[in-house]
Amino acid sequence: MKALKISNLKKTYRGGLQALKGIDLEVDEGDFFALLGPNGAGKSTTIGIITSLVNKTEGMINVFDLDIDSHSVEAKSLIGVAPQEVNFSQFENPLEILLNQAGYYGINRKTAYGRAEKYLRKLGLWGKRNDPSRTLSGGFKRRLMIARALVHEPKLLILDEPTAGVDVELRRSMWDFLIDINKQGTTIVLTTHYLEEAENLCKNVAIIDKGNIIENTSVRSLLSKLDIETFIFDLKVPQTTPPKISNYVCHMLDQSTLQIDISKQQGLNNLFKQFSAQNIEILSMRNKYNRLEELFISLLEDNSTDK
Amino acid sequence: MNTNLYLTAFKTIVIKEVNRFARIWIQTILPPAVSMTLYFVIFGNLIGPRIGTMEGFDYIQYIAPGIIMMSIINSAYANVVSSFFGAKFQRHIEEMLVAPIPNLVILSGYITGGVARGMMVGFVVTLVALFFTELHIEHPVIVVTIVLLTSILFSLAGFINGIFAKKFDDIAIIPSFVLTPLIYLGGVFYSINLLPEIWQLISKFNPILYMVNAFRYGMLGVSDINIQTAFAIIIIFNVTLFSLCLYLLNKGIGIKS
Repeated sequence: MKALKISNLKKTYRGGLQALKGIDLEVDEGDFFALLGPNGAGKSTTIGIITSLVNKTEGMINVFDLDIDSHSVEAKSLIGVAPQEVNFSQFENPLEILLNQAGYYGINRKTAYGRAEKYLRKLGLWGKRNDPSRTLSGGFKRRLMIARALVHEPKLLILDEPTAGVDVELRRSMWDFLIDINKQGTTIVLTTHYLEEAENLCKNVAIIDKGNIIENTSVRSLLSKLDIETFIFDLKVPQTTPPKISNYVCHMLDQSTLQIDISKQQGLNNLFKQFSAQNIEILSMRNKYNRLEELFISLLEDNSTDK
Repeated sequence: MNTNLYLTAFKTIVIKEVNRFARIWIQTILPPAVSMTLYFVIFGNLIGPRIGTMEGFDYIQYIAPGIIMMSIINSAYANVVSSFFGAKFQRHIEEMLVAPIPNLVILSGYITGGVARGMMVGFVVTLVALFFTELHIEHPVIVVTIVLLTSILFSLAGFINGIFAKKFDDIAIIPSFVLTPLIYLGGVFYSINLLPEIWQLISKFNPILYMVNAFRYGMLGVSDINIQTAFAIIIIFNVTLFSLCLYLLNKGIGIKS
């Protein structure tokens, strides 16, 4: 079953801005799906329409086969959303926010309290449950929005840039939490600017640009399109002259750092043979860019050229 | 199944609304009690005895129902407009919009919150009035009904103001420049029979006149206008404003892009 099916979705804002030009998208049940795109591409508009915060101009959306227009109550019950910007009352505390949200989904107070405790604990907010939400740090506010989105235990969780502005440690712990939620059966649709996040978490991806879907495939098959990767090598012994590496595009960034472009056909073995032959010891190596990031930029550039 | 969902959602909105105004009681309950005390002291005790009687009652007794009604109107309106605009401004109205709650339930929840504050303030002001004068209730059913209908009406009016408001100025303009003049000219402090005929006629276009007089009729048994007409007008206003609120919510005006 499709957790989400979007057909010919169009949105033109008052003033004439055409944010969505007829997108089609399908997300399988149980998927961890990334919706990527530059600022203003239409990601938040799409999420806004799915969650009834934005009126669509044309098109159809089904959530677990339920039309969000004709089966609005049933469809909305299946969706949880954590938006990009903070949208809870600054005067309420996290516990009140979760209890109220549960109430809006028809969950009685006793059950709601249990759920609120469960998710506030899971997201490390239980100790702050009685603090005014305005006093929470940015990271805690983001976690609170995720806890709120989960309190009615939706089958489809939509996260609009959930880790924006969150420190690395917290981001990693949120990833673990989301992977866990996904493994338990919740379908997750994620938008993010951190492409490393999409690469690490998501099985499938769609890239949206200027209101059109320009790519929609699995993360694996998308990455397989990447022909050339750029690697950085840290050398044990500083080199005064650039080493002679044949068949590879090689740049000396400084005396201890090499940047080499490696195509899929070339592989790494030949390169390491050349290092060994010249007695160059490598301390470490890493990708210069996130792989998905390289593809993302090239796809956007192609889309821009096409138009 | 959906009925339970809607009832729980409705209860949640009402509890949230009541908690909101109860939490800030110094801003919501106390000020009307203080200002109405001043009205009773100045107009009732100091000036009232010089005016004498009105429609057969001491002046302070005559104005007491109007002053109570004025506090109910202001509080019901202020509660809904500030709460709904606050929810829009902080965007937590989205918590309700993404949830499976029909707009009718959202509207009913906010209106009940407004009615609750209107009645709470009305009760407090009535207690204040009892320090200054004796209050009789001639027609208890009319008193309760008119308080309920009036607080619903002004909660609905506040809701419409909240829908259209884009900045904080917008929620202050209507109470200051429309509501207050209409209340003061709505027979709170005088009988319109004291006015020249032309002003009596003009006064009859002021809907608040009907509410104040219907309430005064319930308490004292006297009114400047026909009580059935008053009820009819209040009910027509309620039905019209309720329909308008639902229409605006369904269209997403002021809350959806």
